[in-house]
Amino acid sequence: MCGIAGLIHRGKSSKVGHELQGMLQALKHRGEDSTGYALYGDTEGKNFIMRVKIGENVGEGSSSVAEDVSVYDERKKVVESCISEMGAKIIKADRVLPYSLRYEIEYNKDDLLNFSQKIESIEGVEILSMGKSLEVIKDLGNAKMVCDRYNLDKLVGTHAIGHARMATESGVDIKSAHPFWGYPFSDVSVVHNGQLTNYWNNRRILENKGMRFMSECDSELIAVYLAEKMRNGASLEEGMKDSLSGLDGVFTYFVATKDSLGMAKDTMAAKPLVLYESDDLVAMGSEEIAIRSLLPQEIDTYDPFDGEVKVWQI
Amino acid sequence: MANLKTSEKKTKAQSMGLHTEVLTGKTQQKFFNPDEAENFYYWGTYDVDFNKRIDLDVKDLECKEANKKIDELMSQGYGTIVIKNPQGKHSLGVGILNKLNLIFEGSLGYFGVGSIDGPTVRINGRVGWSCAENMMAGKVVIEKNAGSCFGAAIRGGDLVCKGSVGARTGIDQKGGTIIVGGDAGAFTGFMMQRGRIVILGDVGINLGDSMYDGTIYVGGKIGSFGSDAVESPMTKSDIDWLKRKLKVAEIGENYDVSKMTKVVAGKKLWNYDALEPTEKKGAI
Repeated sequence: MCGIAGLIHRGKSSKVGHELQGMLQALKHRGEDSTGYALYGDTEGKNFIMRVKIGENVGEGSSSVAEDVSVYDERKKVVESCISEMGAKIIKADRVLPYSLRYEIEYNKDDLLNFSQKIESIEGVEILSMGKSLEVIKDLGNAKMVCDRYNLDKLVGTHAIGHARMATESGVDIKSAHPFWGYPFSDVSVVHNGQLTNYWNNRRILENKGMRFMSECDSELIAVYLAEKMRNGASLEEGMKDSLSGLDGVFTYFVATKDSLGMAKDTMAAKPLVLYESDDLVAMGSEEIAIRSLLPQEIDTYDPFDGEVKVWQI
Repeated sequence: MANLKTSEKKTKAQSMGLHTEVLTGKTQQKFFNPDEAENFYYWGTYDVDFNKRIDLDVKDLECKEANKKIDELMSQGYGTIVIKNPQGKHSLGVGILNKLNLIFEGSLGYFGVGSIDGPTVRINGRVGWSCAENMMAGKVVIEKNAGSCFGAAIRGGDLVCKGSVGARTGIDQKGGTIIVGGDAGAFTGFMMQRGRIVILGDVGINLGDSMYDGTIYVGGKIGSFGSDAVESPMTKSDIDWLKRKLKVAEIGENYDVSKMTKVVAGKKLWNYDALEPTEKKGAI
């Protein structure tokens, strides 16, 4: 099943971590194998923030194999050495959990492809996100558990998307959890509810074009698909419209960039989405109760129609 | 009870003319016995007084608790129940099998007022997916929009949405009437078998796809016709029925129903001729 939620404040910032936690927790009955947040925080916009996973959470029903913490320590050293080798400077380093790292780095090049390839050439290491305002945090458990574990409650920002996952197409692990980073584009993230039936065909084509897949989760295809379109000069909205015919199956997905939030619904309208729009806030989710956690008062909401694509700016 | 041969002795139901079929061969049938009081008892129904009114705040109740509370209030004779703060909760007001005035002051989530048989429901908000699914009788009026699968598999009653509805409205509909004041999404009337759907606005692609029977009236633009859905000329009966129905539903005042498009099954997907007469009867 899975549940997705997203919100964007226009012209102001808010505690988006706390707000998204409430929305995703309201959707926990749609799946609590893992929960993920893509939060767009208020930053100076000077340095990159990189979230890196150097191992898996092996508790809470995980399908991953346990590794010794000393392996994580070794990987952390190699990651930091690679960052320096690529000419980047670590401004701040946090180790939130043994397997989860957060770096604020000074890196003056815009092309993140070589940088990411270097970091991910280390065995067991995956960049969850990289951007000047984006931070992807995902782990096993429901929204509240993940929020508490990573102290997301106080994070202030403009917009966010999130995902409550019931694992069906791939394992219960962090690498298959949403959101997916739109590798190698700064500040692009995707969450998806549905199933894609032409995953392997598209994956083969995109891999031949040099795009990278980290999991076997069909939803990752959307992030890679849009990233490839944008690499070839398409705008986000153009890429999303193209995906309605390029991706086969049933889907509702959200995509966010540094300053925008978008949604797309397949031509069968087989997956739910409820939308609330006002001048200063757009909130959407798989079910109305997600929006109600944010706005308990009576509001006007609607279901977007089949084949609809919408993008909002902050 | 299994009857493996024809019984010579008539049951009371047969002697009353309630059952006339002569059974041959192997069959299995449970006969209706008017002497048994339970046959006249409709489980889960109550005699209520419409003038007896009460408010119920469900803000802090789970849907099961809220539904149980509604049941308790009906058992106490309350005939008008106003639900406060539904806040998009799922499955509220389901399985009500008697007359009742049920008013929701707010929006419902999925499966709102499903499997009802008789109540009059007004929802002063929006509804999520599968509103009034399997409704047998009664009337449901929604003041705002509705999600997908609106009125899925309804057998009877009137279901009115004054706003727009999502995809697959009236999927598998077997009777009753669905009226939508706004637009409807893709696959409206998908596999419908009986009943009528009235859409005053536009509809999406694949209208009436694989419909067996029934009628769809559309006031606006049609995205595309589904498999075996065909346009049929509007008759005077159609126009009279639409006028009366819209008036009763308090929707579409001054709407020119004569310009609506009528869509019915082309019946090219019907393969009943290949069946034996008894099978054909069952299939239809």
